[in-house]
Amino acid sequence: MFSFFRGKRSRDELKNRLELVLAYDRAQIPPGKVDALRRDLMEVVQRYFPTEGSNVEIEQRGDTVVLVANIPLTGRDK
Amino acid sequence: MNAKVIVVTSGKGGVGKTTTTANMGAALAKLGEKVVVIDVDVGLRNLDVVMGLESRVVFDLIDVLEGKCRLSQALIRDKRVENLYLLPASQTRDKDSLSPEAFKAAVRTLIDEEGFDRVLIDSPAGIESGFKTAAAPAEGALVVVNPEVSSVRDADRIIGLLEAQQVREIRLVINRLRPRMVASGNMLSEGDILEILGVKPVGVVPEDEGILVSTNIGEPAVLGKTRAGLAFMDTARRLRGEDVPYPKLDDGGGFLAALRRLLGGN
Repeated sequence: MFSFFRGKRSRDELKNRLELVLAYDRAQIPPGKVDALRRDLMEVVQRYFPTEGSNVEIEQRGDTVVLVANIPLTGRDK
Repeated sequence: MNAKVIVVTSGKGGVGKTTTTANMGAALAKLGEKVVVIDVDVGLRNLDVVMGLESRVVFDLIDVLEGKCRLSQALIRDKRVENLYLLPASQTRDKDSLSPEAFKAAVRTLIDEEGFDRVLIDSPAGIESGFKTAAAPAEGALVVVNPEVSSVRDADRIIGLLEAQQVREIRLVINRLRPRMVASGNMLSEGDILEILGVKPVGVVPEDEGILVSTNIGEPAVLGKTRAGLAFMDTARRLRGEDVPYPKLDDGGGFLAALRRLLGGN
């Protein structure tokens, strides 16, 4: 039963993996480097804004590959 | 496609470049064009055997470029399809014996003096000099891609290199699609591949055992009635600019197909 549902997703999973790997290929950036940058960025962000829910991702936008940082500066309780 | 000179390429090996070249060549000739298919995989010649013309090879592309024979002497005429010719690769030399400039000049001669309407170039796998030489004279490209991870990734790389080489018309041929696996969510669809690669397809060819049979006997599938053969024929029509709809691909088996037949549909 479980493997049946897992099987259902392999097409979508491959599509996501390909989109990401091609974004790195096209930008000629090793994925590990972006991962290290992401960790460093998050560390700096946390030092100034210790909020939850920040993320840094690489994204394909048309012909360019961009680094997208989503950093909420104010939380719900402020 | 307006391009008269089209390179058939893929990056990854084993996805069906040679089969696509042979079938597109035969299909375009059947549709009335004067076509030459050129094998540029120097040292690993295969287009001759796939087309069943291996016993008639005397001279090859390198012999022509080195002036050992005239171009017309190296051209092998296919006796089954009018206006279809093969220019074989050398099996004994290496890739360095083929210079991009000399190859470009030979392709020019095929069009200007031998009167060919279409030149299809079967590129070797890889992204090195062999591919670059094959693509040098090309105005257009057919990128053959299978619906699986390494083929799609390599196709993306090849598309980038083709664009860098100023190849204007780039189209996909999606080969070995298994409609049943797409339907069950375990294979990329033609739409997924189009979306990921951002290049227009000109044909979708289903996985078909008939292809192996046709290469076993050295007869292009478009000369028969297999599903893959018909799909290649449609691909050639679209390449020529005809508006051919994509038929609903069906394995001919499977539960849904059986159910549709039972209910009297198609």
